[in-house]
Amino acid sequence: MKRMIATLATGVTLFAAPAQAQTDVQLWHGMSGPLGELLAKFADDFNASQSEYQVTQTYKGNYADTLTAAIAAFRAGKPPAIVQVYEVGTASMMAAKGAVYPVHKLMDDTGEPFDPSAFIAPVFGYYSDTDGRLLSMPFNSSTPVMFWNKEHFGKAGLDPEKGPETWEELGEMAKTIIDAGVADCGLTVEYAPWTLLESQGTWHNMPTATQQNGFGGAGTELVFNDPMRVKLLTTLSNWQKDGRFKYYGREIQSLANFTSGECSFHFASSALKRRIELALGKDGYMMGYAPYFEEFADGPQNSLIGGATLWVLTGLDEDTYKGVAKFFTFLSSVEVQTEWHQNTGYVPITNAAYEKSKADGYYETDPFAEIAITSLTLNPPTEHSKGLRLGNFVQIREVEDSEMEALWAGQQTPEQTMDNIVEKGNALLRKFDAATSN
Amino acid sequence: MEKRVRFNGRMLPYLLLFPQIAATLIFFIWPAIQAVWLSTLQEDMFGTSSTFAGLFQYKAMFQDAHYWRTVGRTMIYSLYVAGFGMALSLMIAVAADRVLRARGIYRSLLVWPYAVAPAIAGALWEFMFSPSVGIVSQMLGDVFGYEFNAALNRQDAFTLIVVAAVWNHMSYNFLFFLAGLQQIPKSLIEAAAIDGAGPLRRLFTIVMPLLSPTAFFLLVVNVIYAFFGTFGIIDATTQGGPAYATETMVYKVYRDGLHSHDIGGSSAQSVVLMLLVATLTIIQFRYIERRVHY
Repeated sequence: MKRMIATLATGVTLFAAPAQAQTDVQLWHGMSGPLGELLAKFADDFNASQSEYQVTQTYKGNYADTLTAAIAAFRAGKPPAIVQVYEVGTASMMAAKGAVYPVHKLMDDTGEPFDPSAFIAPVFGYYSDTDGRLLSMPFNSSTPVMFWNKEHFGKAGLDPEKGPETWEELGEMAKTIIDAGVADCGLTVEYAPWTLLESQGTWHNMPTATQQNGFGGAGTELVFNDPMRVKLLTTLSNWQKDGRFKYYGREIQSLANFTSGECSFHFASSALKRRIELALGKDGYMMGYAPYFEEFADGPQNSLIGGATLWVLTGLDEDTYKGVAKFFTFLSSVEVQTEWHQNTGYVPITNAAYEKSKADGYYETDPFAEIAITSLTLNPPTEHSKGLRLGNFVQIREVEDSEMEALWAGQQTPEQTMDNIVEKGNALLRKFDAATSN
Repeated sequence: MEKRVRFNGRMLPYLLLFPQIAATLIFFIWPAIQAVWLSTLQEDMFGTSSTFAGLFQYKAMFQDAHYWRTVGRTMIYSLYVAGFGMALSLMIAVAADRVLRARGIYRSLLVWPYAVAPAIAGALWEFMFSPSVGIVSQMLGDVFGYEFNAALNRQDAFTLIVVAAVWNHMSYNFLFFLAGLQQIPKSLIEAAAIDGAGPLRRLFTIVMPLLSPTAFFLLVVNVIYAFFGTFGIIDATTQGGPAYATETMVYKVYRDGLHSHDIGGSSAQSVVLMLLVATLTIIQFRYIERRVHY
C-alpha cells in the first residue's frame, strides 16, 4: 500500500511539474544513508552540468523493493528509465528480454561514445553476455573481505597487522582471543550464501555450477556440494561450540555484533568499510583478504563481485534514452568514479578511476581501500571465478540461508546441508528454465 | 397527503451505494480476479513473455512439501495466537470487570497496545529480544542462563512472534470480552450467588455460556488476525526465519511474490488464502445468525 501511494505520488508530481523543455530521466535505486546522499549529489551535479536532461533519483527501499516497484511500474506502462538491480537479479533481468534495453545497444542507438575496455575486467565480465557485450551499467561493485578488531588482537597479544590468511589461522587466532577472555565471539558473517558458499568457490577456483557457473544459460546445474564447502561448513559448525563462530542472522544483521566489539572478526562486503570505520574508528579495525584452505588451493584465485548495476527499461521515448546515455557517461567519468570509490567501500569500476586513485596517493593514506579491488583482480578470472549467473538466484539464496540455518541449529550435517541446497536449487533452476524457455 | 419521503427515479440509491461498491470493486474484487488470472500464467517477472499454464502453478504448489509445512505451521501459529490471546484477555477482562476504583484508567491502559501498529510492535519486540542488545535477552541470559537467539533458534523465533502477536491483539479481545461481561444481567449472577455458587462456579456455569457468542466471534477474528494481521510483526522481527521457522502462508505469498518475483506461484497461494478466508467468514455469519434467533 505504501509503495502504491509512493508510485501515485511520483505520478502526480510528474503531471504537476510545469511544462519545460527538459527531458525527465527517472532513476530508481536502493541506496540509503550516505550512499544515497552521494548518488543524489551525482544526479544534481549532472543536472547542473547541462540543461537538456533532468535526472530525478528516487530511493525505493532495499534492492528487492526497488525491483518490485520497477516491475509494477513497467507492468502499468510507466517504467522508470533506469533501475538499480542487485547482482543476483542479473539472470532474471537478462531473461526479461522485452523489458530490458541492453546498455551496449543503448549507447550504439544514441550515438554516445562508449568504450567497453574502460571497465575493470571482473566487473565487465560479470555484467556482459557471452558475446562480450555489456548489458547493464556497472555502478556499485563490492567483494567479500575480512575485517578484524584491532583492539582485540592487541589485548590477546596477537599482532594486529597480521590477519588470518587461511581458515586454520583464523581458527587459531579466534581461539587465542577467546581463551584470553578478550571476547566471547570470534567470527560473524554477513550474507552467508554470498560470503561463505559462493565467493569461496571463486576464491578456490572451484565451480559452483556447471556451464561456467551458469554463464552458458539454460540447463545449468549446481555442483557445489563439494569437499571444500563441506569442510568449510564443518569447520564453522565446530567453531560454534566454543564461540569461535556465531550466527546472528541473514543479510547484514551481524554487523552490529562486530561494530559493538562483541565479535573479533567479520567476513563481509567491502562496502561496509565506511560504516565499520565510523563505528570502530580509523585505528580500531583492520581489513584483509578472505581466508582460504591450503588443502584445496595453492593460493586464492580471485574474489566474487557483489553489489548492483543500473538497468535500462524499455517503453520510453528516444529523448529519454539520450539522457540516460549522457548520464551513464557522466557516472563512469573518472571524477565521479573516483569520488564514489574513495567515499564508499565500493571498488573503482573503471581502470582510469583506479589509476587516478593510485596517482593521487590515496592508497598510501588508506591502504585498506585497495584491498577489494586487488582481491577481485588477483588473477585473471577463470570459468569458475568470473562470476555466477543463476536463474531464480534470489530464491536459491533463500534456500542457502535456510539450509545453513538448519545446520547452525544442529538439525542436519554439513553434507546434508550442501546436498539439500544443490537439490532444491536445481529444482529452482529447472523452474526458471521452464518459465523463460519461450 | 403522502407523508413518507419518496425519491424520484431509481438512480439515487445506486448513486449513494456507488462509493462503497466502487471501493470494493477496485480494491478487492479486481485484485482478486487478477490474482486468479495471474495464477494460471507462467511468465518472466516483467510479464513480457507470458504463457497460459492452466493449473500448473497449483499442481506445483500442492506437490511442494515446503508449502504443506508452511500450511501446518500457520495452523499451529493461529491456534497459539488465538488460544493464548483469548485466554489471557478473558482473564484480564474478568479482573477489570470487578475493579471498582479507577476502572477508567485500567481500561484505557489495557487498550493501549491496540493503538500500536503491528510493524511497530514487531520492531519493539525485536529490539527487546535482540540477542546482542535486547534487554529481555540480556536478562534471560543473566538471570536464567538462557541464551535467547531468535536468529538461530527456531523455538525462540516462534515464541517471539507468538508473544508479540498475542500482546498486540490483546486489547481488542479485552474490549469485546469486557463488553460481553457487562451485558450479562447482574441479577442472574446475584441469584446464583444466593443459591450458593462460588465465583469460579459462576464463571463456568453462567458467565462462560453467556459469553460464548462473543468468544466465537473473537475466535474467528483472532484466526484471521493470526493469518493476515501478524504480517507486520513477522516482517519486523524474523522475516520468516530461521530456516522458515516463522514463515506463515501470508508471509510466503509476500516472499515469493515481492522478494523472489515468482508472481504466478505467489498468486496461486493467495487464491488458496482467499478461499480460506471466505470459508471462515461464511461459517462466522451462519453461526452468528443462528445465535441471534436463539
